[in-house]
Amino acid sequence: MLAALSIEALGARFRDGSATPSAAARDYLARIEALDPKVRAFMTVTPDVALAQAAEADARFEAGAPRGSLDGVPIALKDVLCTRGIRTACGSKILERFVPPYDATVVRRLQEAGTVLLGKLNMDEFAMGSSTENSAFFTTRNPWDLGRVPGGSSGGSAAAVAADLAAATFGTDTGGSIRQPAAFCGNVGLKPTYGRVSRYGLVAFASSLDQIGPFTKTVADAALVLRVIAGADPMDSTAAVVPVPDYRAALAGGVAGLRIGIPREYFIDGMDPEVERAVRAAVDVLRGLGAKTEEVSLPHTEYGLAAYYLIGPAEASSNLARYDGVKYGLRLPGARDVIEMESRTRAAGFGREVKRRIMLGTYALSAGYYDAYYGQALRVRTLVARDFQTAFQTVDAIVAPTTPGVAFKIGEKEDPLQMYLNDVFTIPTSLAGLPGVSLPAGFTLAGLPIGLQVIGKAYDEATVLRVAHAYERATDWHARKPALS
Amino acid sequence: MSGPYETVIGLEVHAQLRTRTKMFCGCSTGFGAAPNTQTCPVCQGNPGSLPVINKRAIEFGIRTALALGCTVNLQNRFARKHYFYPDMPKNYQISQYEEPLAEHGTLEVAAGGAPRVIGIQRLHLEEDVGKLVHEGEFATARASHVDYNRAGVPLMEIVSKPDLRSPEEAGAYLRALRAIVVYLGVCDGNMEEGSLRCDANVSLRIAGSDVLGTKVEIKNLNSFRHVQHALEYEVKRQAQALDVGERLTQETRLWDPERGRTVAMRSKEFAHDYRYFPEPDLPPLDLAATEVERLRGDLPELPAAKRVRFVQAYGLSPHEAELLGQGRGLADYFEAAARESGKPKAVANWVLNELLRELPGDDDAAVAACPITPSRLAGLLALIDDGTISGKIAKDVFEKMFRSGEDARAIVGREGLTQVADTDTLAGVVDQVLAQHAKVVEDWRNGKKAALGFLVGQVMKSTQGKANPAVVNQLLGEKLPKV
Ligand SMILES: [Zn+2]
Repeated sequence: MLAALSIEALGARFRDGSATPSAAARDYLARIEALDPKVRAFMTVTPDVALAQAAEADARFEAGAPRGSLDGVPIALKDVLCTRGIRTACGSKILERFVPPYDATVVRRLQEAGTVLLGKLNMDEFAMGSSTENSAFFTTRNPWDLGRVPGGSSGGSAAAVAADLAAATFGTDTGGSIRQPAAFCGNVGLKPTYGRVSRYGLVAFASSLDQIGPFTKTVADAALVLRVIAGADPMDSTAAVVPVPDYRAALAGGVAGLRIGIPREYFIDGMDPEVERAVRAAVDVLRGLGAKTEEVSLPHTEYGLAAYYLIGPAEASSNLARYDGVKYGLRLPGARDVIEMESRTRAAGFGREVKRRIMLGTYALSAGYYDAYYGQALRVRTLVARDFQTAFQTVDAIVAPTTPGVAFKIGEKEDPLQMYLNDVFTIPTSLAGLPGVSLPAGFTLAGLPIGLQVIGKAYDEATVLRVAHAYERATDWHARKPALS
Repeated sequence: MSGPYETVIGLEVHAQLRTRTKMFCGCSTGFGAAPNTQTCPVCQGNPGSLPVINKRAIEFGIRTALALGCTVNLQNRFARKHYFYPDMPKNYQISQYEEPLAEHGTLEVAAGGAPRVIGIQRLHLEEDVGKLVHEGEFATARASHVDYNRAGVPLMEIVSKPDLRSPEEAGAYLRALRAIVVYLGVCDGNMEEGSLRCDANVSLRIAGSDVLGTKVEIKNLNSFRHVQHALEYEVKRQAQALDVGERLTQETRLWDPERGRTVAMRSKEFAHDYRYFPEPDLPPLDLAATEVERLRGDLPELPAAKRVRFVQAYGLSPHEAELLGQGRGLADYFEAAARESGKPKAVANWVLNELLRELPGDDDAAVAACPITPSRLAGLLALIDDGTISGKIAKDVFEKMFRSGEDARAIVGREGLTQVADTDTLAGVVDQVLAQHAKVVEDWRNGKKAALGFLVGQVMKSTQGKANPAVVNQLLGEKLPKV
């Protein structure tokens, strides 16, 4: 079955002629048809686009001129990435009928690499949430236990890769929205350094935090994909002009001699003991591979969550101001004037969590409160970033749990504050703009995946992936598949 | 509180920058295109779109800042200014707030009395918004449409200190500022098309007091006349209110040119909390000091310096220098013609009296399109100078030159306009005129000296203006007593 293969393995089959991109696309489309009604990862399936792109890839392989490691590879995109001519609803009623007139830079780069688009994936509305229960349309299910959440906000992207509904998917991480669902769904989720990948065409939640990254079946696949999507972009001034290394080649080094930090503050009271045990065992594995491990301290970790829940909503309140019914998407009829039209449209178009954050953000930015809230949060952000800088003076990478617990049951966490705690280990890296990857590091007795997080210095995804790859090769957690039929 | 009051005015001038493309995207800034044809995902504020700073706009801002003697902040950044309005694509405007491009400049203004130095508080850049088009009257419109062609057009806002003391001074400040931005080529200065707009803050206080009175803001003044009239009205309105002990409210008012008065905007329309915060989609701007110095070195001579030089070097009156120095095109024209003809005073006369009457405007484009080049004007003056044509004929020749684009010598040659100074030829004409107008000659003999003018006129008429007036006068002087 082609759908079970990694990008690397699939590419090898394309090149040796034992499979074609069209066959892979058909295989994936058939699987989506059979299994997605259970998983509900897809917001939109695009079989016509997929088959047309696959046929073009077929021709390139036949002609002996494939484009590279991603040519013909079936992928899917979180519905937050703009796709020209294909609806991009962002999990929201307010954009239910929005069809972008342009492609995101990442989407364009993937097209140029020859990938085959299977469709768009479900998500928490405007990427706000940790469970994909905040999608305005439906809740995506965790392929390991259909009664549980896949995590969020890129839950559709994580679930799709876990259920072999795409060879790779793309999500966005603002406070952990790639790494947390990757941990919950047992696959590889990479959040690159802020600025490593262009955000042009990514529907903004929090501009200073959002970053696009891949979900893959293996670390090597993440390396292949990052190489394609990374790099400066004239359309995004925050995308840094920093050379993009050959990440696949960089994996070869192993971890022998690397210094790996274990942050004291990431093993907190109340975390799942099964998670803690698995992560400590993973540290032992790395040590067994020759890494030097040492405890490091990130003293401002405990303030990260609070700072994040001011900065994120503040920027969101601003970014979401454009959804007013004037230009595109939903417009509620019958209003007497434009102010009534805008407020009724926004009242009907946004869900509860989005409204909560808009209110919070509006308050945090308002005159007289700016310094006490937003300004203070920015200062905390600086302190959190400084913690990492200090730690990275002595270590090459940091290893920690991705989440304090494993995937929870749908409907289980109704208190938003409880929900926010899911991201407590991913948020500090986001605030500092650093790269991080989550990869499978074990399972609970109940059979739920546990995620291990590897964090690196800014623009040092190579080391992050190298550590993750070494661990992945020494273990076989990544080879397990959920029982879906 | 009762008069006499001191008027305190501060102006916020918005100048549209003459860049080819918008502030944060590559769309054209051209005026008058069909609605929404000059837009893209960025300036329409589409989901996922991101701004990219127009380097040229920054350069234009810096040039203006340097011309106004401002300190350029090498580190400056953009912020978001939030308010909901349907013509604003993102419902926030990207502007500069706490860290503007430049601060602390001055502008010298002359209005009536001695020149005064007006402080410039800050200069910053921002994007313009779109335009609403209502079907029918605003309040009862059946539908409203939005045109985003203007959205994202680069604007420069120049904020004066509250140093202006009268509506005339405010008008003079605005004219001086317009002259500078037009000189620098950073703004076309066209107020009708909204390239230059102005908000005014006005308050009155007891003369000599240093406590500011209640401030009223008048929004969106788009002509020199409106600025002056609105301010005159507002100063009077406030003085009358203060005279009767009325308390003024801090508010925003609009100028109603039809009724000639300012009217209060509904409070709802300006009760904004803009919730500024640094624009996260744009990194802070880090300017190189060497680049700023390079731009300083490139600054052209500015209107004030040019005026002084025109008076000193060409002997013009301050008024002539002011008029000729207003626009760069006109000033350059004048200098070129003055240089070539060596007669700056005469050139100034011809430019101010004849040329400006023929030209559709005094802006650079009109001057550049003028069919009479500086060198042709010099050629015309040379013909007057060497006596080939009279000053009167020259005016006709000038008009013909303007219409045909030919040079003066060609027209004079073809139409036989060369001045007649030959005494024999003219003596015949004079004799004829004297014979025809015996009654007038009689009058002259009876002491009616004005009759001489009539006779000169008749000679000119029968020579189609070509007679040399000095010779005619001389001949008449010789012949009249003999009759
Ligand atoms: Zn545009």
